[in-house]
Amino acid sequence: MNSEKIINCQNVWKLYGNNPEKFINSSEDKSLENIKKNNFIPAVRDANIDVYKGEILVIMGLSGSGKSTLLRCMSKLIDPTEGKVFFQGKSLTDLSQKELIEIRRHKMGMVFQHFALLPHRSVIQNVAFPLEVQGIDRETREERASKVIKLVGLEGREKYYPRELSGGQQQRVGLARSLAVEPEVWFLDEPFSALDPLIRKEMQNEFLKLQSMLHKTIVFITHDFDEAIRLADRIAIMYEGGIVQVGTAEQLITNPATDYVAEFTKDIPRAKLLTLNSLADKSDVNEYSMRLSGSEKIINVSAKILKSESNISITDSNNNIIGSINKDKIIKILFEK
Amino acid sequence: MPRFFSKYKNFLFVLVPFGFLWAIKPLMPSWFFIPPKSCLGGCGSIEGMIPFVGWINTGIKFLKSYEIFGLFTFRELTRSISKGIDSVLNFTEAIFYNGFENLGIEPLPWIMLFGLAIVYGLYLRGWRLALLGGACFFYLALFSLRGIYELSMETLSAIAVSAPLSALIGLLFGIVAAKRKRFHDALWPVLNVLQSLPHFSYLIIVAIFFGVGSKAGVIATIIFAFPPMTRLTILGLKGVSQEIKEAGIMAGCSKWQMLFKVEIPSARSSIMLGINQVIMQCLAMVVIASFIGQKGLGHDLLARLQNLRLGQAFEIGVAVVFIAITLDRFSQAMALKEPERLKEGNFFKRHPFISSSILVILGSVILTFINPFASRIPTEYTISISGQLNSMIKFITTSLFNPLGAFRDFMLVYILMPTKAAFQSLPWIAVIAFVGLIGYRLGKLRLAITVMLFVFFIAASGYWVRALITLYMVCVSLVICALIGIPLGIWASKNDKRTKIVQNICDTFQTFPSFIYLLPAVMLFQISDVSAIFAIVIYSSIPITRYTIFGLRNIPNHIIEASITSGCTERQMLWKVKMPLAFPEILLGLNQTLMFALFMVMIAGFIGTVDLSQEIFRALTFADGGKGLIIGLCVAFIGLTADRLLVAWSDLQKKKLGFIS
Ligand SMILES: Nc1ncnc2c1ncn2[C@@H]1O[C@H](COP(=O)(O)OP(=O)(O)OP(=O)(O)O)[C@@H](O)[C@H]1O
Ligand SMILES: [Mg+2]
Repeated sequence: MNSEKIINCQNVWKLYGNNPEKFINSSEDKSLENIKKNNFIPAVRDANIDVYKGEILVIMGLSGSGKSTLLRCMSKLIDPTEGKVFFQGKSLTDLSQKELIEIRRHKMGMVFQHFALLPHRSVIQNVAFPLEVQGIDRETREERASKVIKLVGLEGREKYYPRELSGGQQQRVGLARSLAVEPEVWFLDEPFSALDPLIRKEMQNEFLKLQSMLHKTIVFITHDFDEAIRLADRIAIMYEGGIVQVGTAEQLITNPATDYVAEFTKDIPRAKLLTLNSLADKSDVNEYSMRLSGSEKIINVSAKILKSESNISITDSNNNIIGSINKDKIIKILFEK
Repeated sequence: MPRFFSKYKNFLFVLVPFGFLWAIKPLMPSWFFIPPKSCLGGCGSIEGMIPFVGWINTGIKFLKSYEIFGLFTFRELTRSISKGIDSVLNFTEAIFYNGFENLGIEPLPWIMLFGLAIVYGLYLRGWRLALLGGACFFYLALFSLRGIYELSMETLSAIAVSAPLSALIGLLFGIVAAKRKRFHDALWPVLNVLQSLPHFSYLIIVAIFFGVGSKAGVIATIIFAFPPMTRLTILGLKGVSQEIKEAGIMAGCSKWQMLFKVEIPSARSSIMLGINQVIMQCLAMVVIASFIGQKGLGHDLLARLQNLRLGQAFEIGVAVVFIAITLDRFSQAMALKEPERLKEGNFFKRHPFISSSILVILGSVILTFINPFASRIPTEYTISISGQLNSMIKFITTSLFNPLGAFRDFMLVYILMPTKAAFQSLPWIAVIAFVGLIGYRLGKLRLAITVMLFVFFIAASGYWVRALITLYMVCVSLVICALIGIPLGIWASKNDKRTKIVQNICDTFQTFPSFIYLLPAVMLFQISDVSAIFAIVIYSSIPITRYTIFGLRNIPNHIIEASITSGCTERQMLWKVKMPLAFPEILLGLNQTLMFALFMVMIAGFIGTVDLSQEIFRALTFADGGKGLIIGLCVAFIGLTADRLLVAWSDLQKKKLGFIS
């Protein structure tokens, strides 16, 4: 992973209520209980989080836990009550309106849960909209828009109006619109939550395909853990406005920071998520009849392992043996809740 | 007995003090009964307790000669505005019916309007709308023996100026109000008052500052018609979803781009409905504005009505109604029209509307050269059935003279007169106490004080006695409307088919400009309180019917199912389940009905009632701006008092039923 920080949140707070600035700047206790006692809604509490170039960071949490609010602080759609957000090293709070508009026009793209398409514009006009407000001439912008429309698989629908499209298709327009300016950072706020499960799957695949071509830096919100696992490089879990833990899915499961995270990840099928590495017995580096790469997900190789008679050797990326694994462990993972 | 007390304690709380104040009246001096005069406006003046009228007139006098920056007077400013309007009006009049003589250009031939209406109707919705539009212009051209066509074009040219300007002003106010909370908060009560002021109050002020004639009519219309546009614009802009706004911001919109490319287009159905409302208000003013000399259909309708030439009035009335319905349906269709995908192919295929419009325009121009029928149907070929109508009306009224006369006299002697007398015996202090106590029960002190101030204003203005007569007319009408509208609503809510029929009737009736209702009233009952109440009742039964249907049909389904399973009969269901749940909506319907009735009472003054409306007509004749405005405010405050109380009551009921929190 490239270590360049694209977004950097430092002690970001967002409280709703009556004059929250005063409360934040006072010497009052800022614990969750005390915030609530003072009749503030803790939308974001003291969030410190970085987004690195090229990664997909998924923010998860229950409804009302502050995911959208945190995302909107990152894109400066809302001003944080306290704290700073840096975008490529520049503090968003210190930017002028004009600079902010420039950043949004060229570096940020956002996709919304309910698509937020403009009803009076056709597909191509919607997609070309961010280019239009930049003052790009019609021919150029429609040419660029057509390209993106093709990319999301909506060829032939350019002249349709949003009301003539299905939910999945509408969200493809949303994706295309957010990509039209070739942004560096891509914000997605529960983009697939309003879609049927089947379509959602399809859109997730589409999304991964797009990302494999485009390599954007992505902040993605969902409350669906399956979705998070499929898409995320790292996952941040929020609880009542606070970020409880940030890490890979595997880290969250094997090493939950709090009971809340443990509870949250309880129902996740481990086999889908854990790699052989996390189960390998590192003390046994004998050569067995079968070798498997340590980065394989358990679910994908469990059949092979269960069929084999003996233990199995685990290798690293250079095919060196780094440990071994036996059936019992796999059985335990597969069948234990 | 104690149970009785606790059950009706709210009513007793209001009625006992009210009844007491009424009962002790004979023991009290006259100031208790009729608001006393004071010496504030100079002793011996005709004014009331507080000389509002004098103050306003002083203000008007001051304004007239007030010099802005020492450059020109306020009156010069208003006069130049009306000059500006006048020249625009000359232009539209030239287009519609005068032609540009010095350029040798003829006015639009009727066949072109006819064709365009058909094409546009087809484009907007379908053949029915096209038929309506076509029929409208066909009627105007054919039934033109008494100049209906010219009059209609005169009316249309006035609307062509007033509607766009009014919509534009309304839109601007709406945008600013949606963006600036302070402006919104200041504007809102002004809109409330403006919308409950009777039309005639505007007329007087407009006549004073802008003169008389069609231009003044246009200006009065603009002022009268813009508030709904503003309201709907605010509603639309506030209703734009947060996500769409955020999408706009994230696309990098500047403030103006945001407004013009995201917010206004997203709010467009609201805004278009606003335009529809503006057009309807303009039509409502067609007749009323003729009081300050606007020419057109309204002026002639009024004249015929005054001379009791009912057949001719009827013919003109039909023209007005035709135009009203056509403009209403067209603008509604425009509001609901979704953008459509262009078809593939050549220009004709891609733009069928534009190309066929061009064809119609060219075609009708060519036709006018071939045959003069196309530009105007020659007089000898136009028809009028007013003669036949007249004899028919005469026949009906003579054959119905006895029963109708008997009915009228019965109503007058046994119902209306006693009620009127009862209202006139109300002591003003008792009325103030009455509204105050209701307000206190429904809301809190704030509501009570507001409504008491409203009533006090009326009492202090010096028009108390007249106001009581207005109140009596409104209340009687309200009761009759409820007796008609609620059962009708109950009947209509039984199934979809009935609902649709009744709603269609309501829609159509509501499109009629209010003066039209005087026609049948005068035909049937001559000039009396009965005819006034008759006109008020037909017009004002619409909202109560609508709201009853709405309330009954919008009861959550699970409640209905629950009561079916608990074994309610149909009748029990209606009275024990549905009606209580629909009650808040019915209250809102009554509120609307009352507003309609107030408007109509003012218009009914034209056929000779002796309440506030008569005073306002007098003020109009003498161009007494202060009087006109103050009486207008009295009427507005009657409306606003009832509005505050009924809405508060409805809200309270809704809260009790858990519909709102
Ligand atoms: N404008 C606002 N005014 C008051 N409270 C708000 C506002 N916006 C958000 N909140 C509150 O802040 C908290 C966090 O909201 P947020 O929308 O960020 O949650 P979320 O995690 O995105 O939830 P969801 O999954 O439902 O979208 C919620 O309790 C919400 O009620
Ligand atoms: Mg959210």
